[in-house]
Amino acid sequence: MADKAMKQAPAGHDLTEAFRSPVSRPPSAWQKGFDVAFKHIAHAFGVGVVLLLADIVFEVMRRAAPAMRAYGLRFLTTSTWDANRADFGVLAEIVGTLYTSILALGIGGFLGITVALVLSQGFVPRRMELVMKNVIELLAAIPSVVYGLWGIFVLVPAVRGPAGWLNEHFAAIPFFSTRLSGPGILPASLVLSIMILPTVTAVSREAMAAVPKRLAAAAYGLGATRWEVIFTVTLPTAVGGIFGALVLGFGRALGETMALAMLVGNANVFGLSLFSPGNTLAALLANHFPEAGKVEVGALMYATVVLMLITLTVNALGSFLMLRTTRELKGLG
Amino acid sequence: MAHAASNSQEVPARKRSFHKSLGDSRTLVNTGLTVLAVALSLVAMFPLFSVLYMLLVKGAALLSPSLFSELTPGAGMEGGGIGNAVVGTLVVVAVATAMALPLGFMGAVYLAEYGGESKLSVVVRFCGKVLTGLPSILAGVFAYAIVVVTTGSFSAFAGGAAMAILMVPTVMLTSESALRSVPSKMKMAAFGMGATRAQVVLKIVIPTAIPGILTGVMLALARAMGETAPLLFTALFSDYWFEGELLKPIASLSVLIYNFAGSPFEHQVALAWAASLVLVTIVLVLNVIAQVATRRPEEH
Repeated sequence: MADKAMKQAPAGHDLTEAFRSPVSRPPSAWQKGFDVAFKHIAHAFGVGVVLLLADIVFEVMRRAAPAMRAYGLRFLTTSTWDANRADFGVLAEIVGTLYTSILALGIGGFLGITVALVLSQGFVPRRMELVMKNVIELLAAIPSVVYGLWGIFVLVPAVRGPAGWLNEHFAAIPFFSTRLSGPGILPASLVLSIMILPTVTAVSREAMAAVPKRLAAAAYGLGATRWEVIFTVTLPTAVGGIFGALVLGFGRALGETMALAMLVGNANVFGLSLFSPGNTLAALLANHFPEAGKVEVGALMYATVVLMLITLTVNALGSFLMLRTTRELKGLG
Repeated sequence: MAHAASNSQEVPARKRSFHKSLGDSRTLVNTGLTVLAVALSLVAMFPLFSVLYMLLVKGAALLSPSLFSELTPGAGMEGGGIGNAVVGTLVVVAVATAMALPLGFMGAVYLAEYGGESKLSVVVRFCGKVLTGLPSILAGVFAYAIVVVTTGSFSAFAGGAAMAILMVPTVMLTSESALRSVPSKMKMAAFGMGATRAQVVLKIVIPTAIPGILTGVMLALARAMGETAPLLFTALFSDYWFEGELLKPIASLSVLIYNFAGSPFEHQVALAWAASLVLVTIVLVLNVIAQVATRRPEEH
């Protein structure tokens, strides 16, 4: 470096002069000032993101406060929604939110983990893997309102037949105790499971891919078949990440709005039947907010707080689990 | 000794175990599970194809220039189009981008270049992740509380604000990883020339990371385009053209689909399918751009 600078520098100039050339020189006072300013601006925006989240929580809590004082815990344990008598309760919505999300997690989670296995354990050629991965990612790209439309005109008619048959023959089982008249818990949960599948697949695939190859190779070396390796090495090692994926998927399902508002039936009732209409917190907000009066808005804000608490808790838990797993796997590598 | 003897007796069995027999129960279970897993993967992909098929069958029927140049028809009326909704979606997304880009991008610059592993950067990143999982309807409620209630009317601005909240975390987290993937050698070289950190960031890191940042922005745009929940009670809907007034209700494709999906009039349902086709096409194009933007030259 020094040699080069000496050669390039005209005769008579010493090294310090060479370094003061237009190509490399110490920053001017203005540049130093700008540097400090830019640093502070970047800091401010970083803090801004934190403030944004804090403000969201604060604003919603503030607007919900009067309703929270007025209705108290009764709001969580009753299920009437009557704007005229100012009588509100969201028990049916809380149950419906959890019920649809758990069903979706069961179906979408199982399928998602299976797809993640197929995409990460060398089942299909590399090229095919890439194609399938893109298709699954596209599933996440379809807007939820389009899934809602598809659900109304394709899925509901498709499940009506099997649902009617199950109801006729197994009405004694509480899950099949009512008829599916149109929208209901089952179609809503099915669409929901399609919507969380990409999340579960992407995150659990990452966890599976992070399992050190030599662990699997060691098991193969002992004569294990591919599925023996999957069940005894890959899945147990990646279990933290897979669990995190399920929690994140669950969080998505809890907050999903449009597909549910269009498919769940918006009935303030709850039961075990998969075919009866129900309601969820997000769907309640979507359906009532646009035309709500002052009193109802207060109650809706309270419902928002409930939804926010549930989803933020689940998401924070999911992020925390992911963080811990990444750390653990680093030690294995 | 006994050990060695028993070992020698097992030799034939071990030799056999190197051969895979199709009738072996372990092989059968293995093959069965493989077939099942691949079949389930195909089942998982089926909805996408079904959705695309329905969009092409039902949505393409109404595709014509007048679809984009006419206003949404009222109940029971024939004709009309979705022109105001297309324009409305673009306006709301533009407003949202104008608000979300600076915050998300500068947040990413902070995280990648200044935060390091400090406590604040951990908190910022955590908040970003939590915002990613924020139900979109909560963004709508927030925008309703601070914009609609304050200004006294539903508006394009409120819709944009709600959507911006959903774009910020995507822009921030993808930009951060793009900025971080810039080789430190390049930065070191610039520092060696006497550049300040601000100069390194502005002249070296950001220009190099542009493809990755573009991907983040495209993904955020694609997500925002299709959002309905945050617009329902912020932007509301309008049966008229956007006339430059950001403080009035505005139409959007997604809310149009929601409103018309439950309509008893067949023509409105058909328009909902057509709007879905247009919306999904835009979203998919944005996704493709996002993927092309980050494809590294050496992968070709």
